[in-house]
Amino acid sequence: MAEYQNIFTRVQVRGPAHHGVPVPQGPWVREGKPFFSYLLGQFGNAQVGPFYLGTLGLASLLCGFVAIEIIGLNMWASVGWNPILFVRDLPWLALEPPSPAYGLHIPPLAQGGWWLMAGFFLTSSLILWFLRVHRRATQLGLGTHTAWAFASAIWLYLCLGFFRPILLGAWGEAPPFGIFPHLDWTVAFSLRCGNLYYDPFHMLSIVFLYGSVLLFAMHAATILAVSRFGGDKEVEQTIDRGTASERAALFWRWTMGFNATMESIHRWAWWFAVLTPLTGGIGILLTGTVVDDWFLWAVKHGVAPHYAAIYGAIPDPAATQGGK
Amino acid sequence: MFKLNSIPGLALIGAFLVCLLAVLTFQRPPVDVIATGGPGLGMQTLYNPAQVSKALGINQAPPVLPAIDAGPAAGTVYKNVQVLKNVSTGAFGRLMVSMTQWVAPQQGCGYCHVSGNFASDAKYTKVVARRMLQMTIAVNTTYANHVGDVGVTCYTCHRGNNAPANIWFTGVTPGSGPAMAEVNMGKNAPAADVNGSSLPSDPFTPFLLNNEKIRVSGSTALPSGNNASIKQTEWTYALMMTYAQALGVSCEYCHDSRAFNQWDESTPQRVTAFYAEAMLRDLNSNYMVPLTAQFPPALLGPSGDVAKINCATCHQGVYKPLFGAQMAKQFPPLEGVGTTAAAAPAGSSTP
Repeated sequence: MAEYQNIFTRVQVRGPAHHGVPVPQGPWVREGKPFFSYLLGQFGNAQVGPFYLGTLGLASLLCGFVAIEIIGLNMWASVGWNPILFVRDLPWLALEPPSPAYGLHIPPLAQGGWWLMAGFFLTSSLILWFLRVHRRATQLGLGTHTAWAFASAIWLYLCLGFFRPILLGAWGEAPPFGIFPHLDWTVAFSLRCGNLYYDPFHMLSIVFLYGSVLLFAMHAATILAVSRFGGDKEVEQTIDRGTASERAALFWRWTMGFNATMESIHRWAWWFAVLTPLTGGIGILLTGTVVDDWFLWAVKHGVAPHYAAIYGAIPDPAATQGGK
Repeated sequence: MFKLNSIPGLALIGAFLVCLLAVLTFQRPPVDVIATGGPGLGMQTLYNPAQVSKALGINQAPPVLPAIDAGPAAGTVYKNVQVLKNVSTGAFGRLMVSMTQWVAPQQGCGYCHVSGNFASDAKYTKVVARRMLQMTIAVNTTYANHVGDVGVTCYTCHRGNNAPANIWFTGVTPGSGPAMAEVNMGKNAPAADVNGSSLPSDPFTPFLLNNEKIRVSGSTALPSGNNASIKQTEWTYALMMTYAQALGVSCEYCHDSRAFNQWDESTPQRVTAFYAEAMLRDLNSNYMVPLTAQFPPALLGPSGDVAKINCATCHQGVYKPLFGAQMAKQFPPLEGVGTTAAAAPAGSSTP
């Protein structure tokens, strides 16, 4: 027998479709007739739509479409327009940035020009989407936290593909567009700079990433656990602390001596999430520009030890024999 | 119990698919772990017993003929003996028979020799074989820093095949696409030599034929003029993948992965591998490339280049070829005893 207790119930409550508060006067309205989906209702709200496209949304989707077309068609060309190979090898295919020899100049299309163009449209798409999220939030009278959290991710994307290549004077330093190739690129980046794990800002980024996961799990578990006392009404509980809030707080004080509040836990989570790409981006910008080899840097500053050689001294044979 | 279009139903189907993927693609245990570094560093080479026994099965040295070293010098008895001139006829005959078993067991003497006139150089295979004999002697005499006591014989690479199973040809020139689209990048396609990854598929041409710079790391913490790019690093990375694949080892066989470039954090095997690089460049450019014109066009690569040598040619998936069987020692002429022109100059392939 299904029972409806609170908003975390597994029972789907469906009323008449909600069209939302009135949209401010403008050329756009919310598109589409809302409908209900049982499956989606198991993950979130069963109501789908209406959808607000808007000028920024349309521009963002168009730019994103152009970027994906450029990337996808170049990938398809690279397998001789063979549709089977395109699907089979898709994770391996990529659109490469220009050779470092081109520096920051505009190369021919087949030599990285397409990459530059795809990057321009993809970046435009992301920034337009940021503006859209910002404007949608403002028009609903919300704060703009979501937009700025998204901006933090865009910052890391730009550090990798735009700011660092400019600082080093070559588009060739940027990652390719491709599934496996960009992962290989990531490894190559670390190999080139003497192990990125010794970059303190990369360390911070990992701390915030894992911290985000931990906070997410702790917070979600806490709220689910106290929802039977009304803890799911987090915003009300922030202002008017009820038994759910008290029990959650007591639980964490008993467990670890300290607890966040119904309000502060969300600031913790937001900052951990935002600081992950923010610190990561700083770590990327420092690499190759002011630090060339993070392992040697770490040894120099006492972060990493040189371990005792168990095979005796292994000298660099090129130092005595020549070679590369 | 569950409806299939419910969350538990979908989760069950998903879990089943994940398990299926795991069963079909993962190596099953046990795994033998061999530590290659100091305690706590996690430098480990992993071996799967099933794969080791398979490798052991196909990497055994063949039985050798009883040693003979009697009779006058081959050069005084046979005509047109150029390399093994001062080898006794007994040892000469033994080596010729062995070479037949190693390289042309199906075709026999006639694979290289003209029937009735063994002195003739009419067959290209004989000209190539002579040069390969010189190459084998050069490897055993001048590259002891790489081959050590194991040495090489024809069998190390050929294993009873006319052409060794593991050879390479030059791939496309990166960025040579004829059209407006970005094609022929020399990477970004599943490549067998780099373990099926999307890394550059032919790292051999720049590093093991030409003498491009393999090292990409700097030697100082702060920038001091090292302008190696990430793209360049991908080529070095690909080359290293071919080493690991050819030897059936992981990175930790030579490197401490926390500091790949540091020699004092590495194992002695890295030094051995280092010497192979100069050796392979020598073998490819001074022995193989000058033979290009000798081969029939059908045996050449897509760009008309000759088959060339890399780590896998000898190692064939094993850390030491034939698991370190010291075959060369049993054939003194291959170690240069009684031979002439052990290190013949480049381009001397034609008689």
